Amino acid sequence: MDGDIRTKAFDDGSTDFESGEQKIRNFNINFGPQHPAAHGVLRLVLELDGEVVERCDPHIGLLHRGTEKLMESRTYLQNLPYFDRLDYVAPMNQEHAWCLAIEKLTDTAVPRRASLIRVLFSEIGRILNHLLNITTQALDVGALTPPLWGFEERESLMIFYERACGARLHAAYFRPGGVHQDLPPALLDDIEAWCAQFLTKFMVDIDELLTENRIFKQRNVDIGVVTEQDILDYGFSGVMVRGSGFAWDLRRAQPYECYDEFDFQIPVGKNGDCFDRYLCRMEEMRQSTYIIQQAIEKLRAPEGQGDILARGKITPPSRTAMKTDMESLIHHFKLYTEGFHVPAGEVYCAVEAPKGEFGVFLVADGSNKPYRAKIRAPGFLHLQAMDHIATGHQLADVAAIIGTMDVVFGEIDR
Amino acid sequence: MSEQLQELGAYIEAKRPDCVLGWDVTKGELNMNVALANVAGLVEFLRSDPTCRFSTLVDITAVDYPGRAKRFDVVYHFLSMYQNHRIRLRATAREKDMVPSLTSVHPSADWFEREIFDMFGILFSGHPDLRRILTDYGFRGHPLRKDFPTTGYTEVRYDEAAKRVVYEPVSLVQEYRQFDFMSPWEGADYILPGDDKAAPDGHVSKDAK
Repeated sequence: MDGDIRTKAFDDGSTDFESGEQKIRNFNINFGPQHPAAHGVLRLVLELDGEVVERCDPHIGLLHRGTEKLMESRTYLQNLPYFDRLDYVAPMNQEHAWCLAIEKLTDTAVPRRASLIRVLFSEIGRILNHLLNITTQALDVGALTPPLWGFEERESLMIFYERACGARLHAAYFRPGGVHQDLPPALLDDIEAWCAQFLTKFMVDIDELLTENRIFKQRNVDIGVVTEQDILDYGFSGVMVRGSGFAWDLRRAQPYECYDEFDFQIPVGKNGDCFDRYLCRMEEMRQSTYIIQQAIEKLRAPEGQGDILARGKITPPSRTAMKTDMESLIHHFKLYTEGFHVPAGEVYCAVEAPKGEFGVFLVADGSNKPYRAKIRAPGFLHLQAMDHIATGHQLADVAAIIGTMDVVFGEIDR
Repeated sequence: MSEQLQELGAYIEAKRPDCVLGWDVTKGELNMNVALANVAGLVEFLRSDPTCRFSTLVDITAVDYPGRAKRFDVVYHFLSMYQNHRIRLRATAREKDMVPSLTSVHPSADWFEREIFDMFGILFSGHPDLRRILTDYGFRGHPLRKDFPTTGYTEVRYDEAAKRVVYEPVSLVQEYRQFDFMSPWEGADYILPGDDKAAPDGHVSKDAK
């Protein structure tokens, strides 16, 4: 501790030779909060023995905005946009957990079309996230081309977000009881066309560029190995689990929405190192594209037509009803001022967000505001294990480990 | 799913009657009220028992009920990746109570407990490093307590003269907007002017008794 050099003992009984000149202390450095590889505002206090990390203490909270406190003084609907601002890389997946929690407490059944649209956009969110993660991780270990290519694809996906809800990033599109607006048919055609070129062009290109790239492999293979015991001890979820050969995916294990109708594979790694997690993310992007294609197919089928909101107390009336019917007008006014009331109860809802299990623990007291909402972010637990995983690695590997953990400070600091 | 949770709840209660104060299955989730002092032992049992195998700590959080004598609910969520089920444990704590730390059973409890300490001021006994985690260095108060104002007490700005960031008491240009959504027929403790049905004697308001 506190910077003393330890004398290492070896198997044959010998110990480190230490001359007088070597009586030096370990070196403490601050990594971040303005380091480009810190993926936001992470401050790591690293204790180094030469170039080897001896201890790693992450200081978080530099992006703390008090979301949970603010949520207690706002209505359920006003709280929804806060979820876009948690993991701002894949906004709709977070909204999904909030909507599911409210729907569970109010016993709302989401119409089939809305359910399909949610799956479609959750998977777009997954691709958005993995694109950013893979490409910026490549950037962290020294490659500039992948982010340039990846952000082009992200841009087209964000345009799909914009065409569905009007906002590129902070969507507020999933609403309790369904989704805000129906999708135009032309958007479905364009997403389908994008999927085809994504699989045949982009994925092939990025695969060629990275997967067998010597430098990329040297920086990632056997770095940050996660074992089964680490997964349990540190509460990992998502790719951090699957990269170690554990086929755990909430979409399959505890299906929510209509994921049980979809046909997809869960990729798992073998060694649990950074490179396996990279491979998992690559394959997950392909699988997500297949899910998107299936969702589009289902949305076009006659069973996929219909309303996109469960009309009732927690959702607004249709525009036409509002303009012709007094009751609907009153309902609309009350919904957007006072908001709907949620019956008292406690509920925990989790979704398989791109980064892992994103959950919402909601305590409702029967009023129009949540009494307490706890946001369980996967990155919080992953970053917590930083000390465990990074210890013994070199300083340069810290960047690769942060990259593979897929940390975004919006959700960690809340 | 619900019947399995019923069975599981009954099983845990039968095995550890000293820990479990009561349990129920609502909304498809198993809730268990547990004794605060025995939490660590119960969690150890839940992790190692082959029927439960709650291997993953999902979340620890607290809820503040300032009206109660035992003010806080400390809420634990566990997940079994092997048996594919979840459980929620709820323990009540007084403001001065020390909550046993789970860090020896689940290392992932570390930051959760630091966060609860930071946000609610609940102390954990046996925690290796109980410092603030999310709030600013040198922050005072526990923000998620219900008696902590949403605006906080201090604000920061960069002072051109001092050439550094200075902390000042919050000064609000406008009152923080906390709307009262109760209907005037139900919730208001004031009487609208001209409301002659309000008081029994006709038109006297509450204050002018």
